[in-house]
Amino acid sequence: MEKLRYERPVINKIKAGVPDKFGMQTKVEIMPEIEGISVKDILKEYGSPVFVLSENKIRETYQEAHRAFSSRYPKIQFAWSYKTNYLDAVCKIYHDEGSWAEVVSGFEYDKAISNGVPGSKILFNGPDKSNEDLVKAIDNGSFIHIDHFDELYSIIRLTKNTDKKAKVAIRINMDTGIYPQWDRFGFNYENGEAWNAINRIMLSENLELVGLHTHIGTYIMSANAYAVAASKLAELAVRTNRKFNHNIKYIDMGGGFASKNTLKGAYLPGKDTCPSFDDYAEAITSALINSEIAPDNLPILFLETGRALIDEAGYILGTVLANKRLSNARRSTIVDVGVNMLFTSFWYEHEIYPAQECSLQTEDTAIYGPLCMNIDVLREAIQFPLLQKGDHFVIPRVGAYNMTQWMQFITLRPNILLIDRNKNIQIIRDKETNEVFKRQERVPEHLK
Amino acid sequence: MKIRSNIAVSDNGFMFDPNTGDSYNLNNTAAEILQMLKSGKDESEIIKEFTQKYDVDEATFEQNLYDFLGMLGHYDLVEKEQTNY
Amino acid sequence: MGKLKLNIAVTGLNNTDNPGPGVPVIRGLRESNYFDVRIIGLAYENLEPGIYMKDIVDKVYQIPYPSSGTEAFLDRIKYIHSKENLNVIIPNFDAELYSFIKAEKELGDLGVKIFLPTLEQFEERSKSNLPKFGEKYGIKVPFSKAITSYADINNLRNHFDYPLLVKGKFYDAYLAYNPEQVINHFNKITAKWGVPVIIQEFIRGTEVNVIALGDGKGNTIAAVPMRKQYITDKGKAWGGITIADENLVKLTKKLIADTRWRGGMELEIIKNVNNEYYLIEINPRIPAWVYLAVGAGQNIPEALVRLAIGENVPPYKSYDVGKMFIRYSYDMIGDISQFEKLSMTGEL
Repeated sequence: MEKLRYERPVINKIKAGVPDKFGMQTKVEIMPEIEGISVKDILKEYGSPVFVLSENKIRETYQEAHRAFSSRYPKIQFAWSYKTNYLDAVCKIYHDEGSWAEVVSGFEYDKAISNGVPGSKILFNGPDKSNEDLVKAIDNGSFIHIDHFDELYSIIRLTKNTDKKAKVAIRINMDTGIYPQWDRFGFNYENGEAWNAINRIMLSENLELVGLHTHIGTYIMSANAYAVAASKLAELAVRTNRKFNHNIKYIDMGGGFASKNTLKGAYLPGKDTCPSFDDYAEAITSALINSEIAPDNLPILFLETGRALIDEAGYILGTVLANKRLSNARRSTIVDVGVNMLFTSFWYEHEIYPAQECSLQTEDTAIYGPLCMNIDVLREAIQFPLLQKGDHFVIPRVGAYNMTQWMQFITLRPNILLIDRNKNIQIIRDKETNEVFKRQERVPEHLK
Repeated sequence: MKIRSNIAVSDNGFMFDPNTGDSYNLNNTAAEILQMLKSGKDESEIIKEFTQKYDVDEATFEQNLYDFLGMLGHYDLVEKEQTNY
Repeated sequence: MGKLKLNIAVTGLNNTDNPGPGVPVIRGLRESNYFDVRIIGLAYENLEPGIYMKDIVDKVYQIPYPSSGTEAFLDRIKYIHSKENLNVIIPNFDAELYSFIKAEKELGDLGVKIFLPTLEQFEERSKSNLPKFGEKYGIKVPFSKAITSYADINNLRNHFDYPLLVKGKFYDAYLAYNPEQVINHFNKITAKWGVPVIIQEFIRGTEVNVIALGDGKGNTIAAVPMRKQYITDKGKAWGGITIADENLVKLTKKLIADTRWRGGMELEIIKNVNNEYYLIEINPRIPAWVYLAVGAGQNIPEALVRLAIGENVPPYKSYDVGKMFIRYSYDMIGDISQFEKLSMTGEL
């Protein structure tokens, strides 16, 4: 006799008031494969956990964003935000699509150069640029986005020793009606600091003011905030033209577009509320086109979108280590992906999908990572199906920031794979070994 | 382990505890185990019957069963052993 | 002439001490001279009183909270439509409006009509945008600021005098007399509704409310002003009376004309000692005291349904002044078997 399909026994208390089932089976979505390749097979071959990136998804998303802007505005240029994900393979895909590089440190600057990006196609942002960095950027004709007056005066000093003009832009912060307002980067618009900086640059012989830059915040759900920001930059461009008869060559709207992840504390899921590239593009481009900038002088529109371009292309695959009951009888599931490699779980309610057929029954579950640390929580509370030890799962939308902000803590960082356009799996970063760490360390003679 | 005698499970898996007024829902296997407990079967009999009937190995089922019985205890649905003070 | 038969789904059956508008909306529809309605109640929670009121709902379905995602939510609505052949849905729960507005076209294609404000209207009047809204339409609003963290609470002294109001994105408003109370309310509100939390200047005066219906072309189809006579400790009206305040009606009509408001709305207004009107809030839906408007001669639920199905609806010209509503509580007797059926099948 054939045996019946087994499902583990579950009892759930029906809370008066709170809905449990909705008369239909709760839909438990599973993700058994990525781009047609079995999750189980990937884990078997490359170990668990493992990051997987999709080249197709990276290119499709880039092209979608590019189309949204280029169909509305004559001159646009994307610059890949290195800090979001600076794996060489990833950067090269964006450069291949036509992206310049947007870097925020000497380390990233050198990375861009070694990825074959000409200096004249690098935007150099951030509050930390050493004198060596600045000299290099000036020599290479890179665009330096000045963050503060100390930097501005450093550049003025440094250009005295060279015959090259520094190509500079200033970063500007402003009130765009969103909360919180970022005011720690760049020069403030409302209090006139930005205008002062522009004046100082225009009076300096060795500096050429080529652009105006802003980056209004991160994970901005309101497309309209960008329209406000673009209008304010356009207003500064017009004022600069009026006073100095000088055309601003580009306006850089930075990044900060939201991805479809759900922020902690948000009521509706990110999938439902995240504006589309079209929404952002419409807001920004119409603000520029409707500004007082003469049509012949329309500046190039730069975009440094990182998260919205790559988040969707990244997955992390992992394995259930154990199930246990907490003291209040709630279920907790321990998995081999922790906050050390999934840094974004500090601010996202990441979706987690079982990778194999599973029970339709769900239970209120806390999902913990493997670290011996109380903060290692992937999800505080999720209605999750019952997975057994050894079962696999997939967390989608992890392409942004995790592979740059991850920490090596009590364990080694895993492989990162790229599924290329021919559906071949390529390792683009090897998993770390003990030797990697040994190599960096030195034991003083008396302790040997 | 004995389930309290005034607890009944309907066919659809709904369970009402008249002592506390709490309601529960159970999936099919949970409801089946509950009926077996009510009919006086002990853990080893349940394990035997289940592993014959369902596609599950003994170790997995035993683990799941004790987890489930633990939940019944947590919700106070089982007869307390008589204690003499 | 026979009445038009319609299947209408209604949410907000939570006729509790913080009542949803579902039950009064249904009472208005049941008293309609135009329609013969079958009412399908949509409930989020299994103890919403309207579920158990036999004369109110013909059938009830549970639906998932919008926070579980538009897809799950719409799937459920479509399933219910396949069973009940819905003509109109009247959403009454603030937190679901966004999802319904987004889904209006998709549902419309299936033959289910909704009559809600546009997304632009909905966002523009949201609590955190109120200052801009007031500026744009020339209406006085109390000074307010959205905050997202504790750090902002310390800075409030620079902008506000205590007491001040602490408000949630969708619901809840508390008066705070000092920063400690603000922190307390901030925690309560963010736990439930997330950020931002809105801090609003407290205007002293008389609170008056207007219920209104705009046709989306700038016409005010219905407008009835009311003064709350008794307020519960949750700030909800427990008794109210229709008043003849022409300024209020004028203000409402101007607002609807300027915004081309589409759908039901409630204006919360404070009239201060100098007879100035401050707009405190616009609720983008029918409020729970709608049955007072019906009693005063303007059947707003009926008019809203007629607009939803594309009829031309002439504006109401008058209402009875001095009509009162007095809420009361009433204990129904239910049985565990009803609770079981709803909990296990999601239908009753």
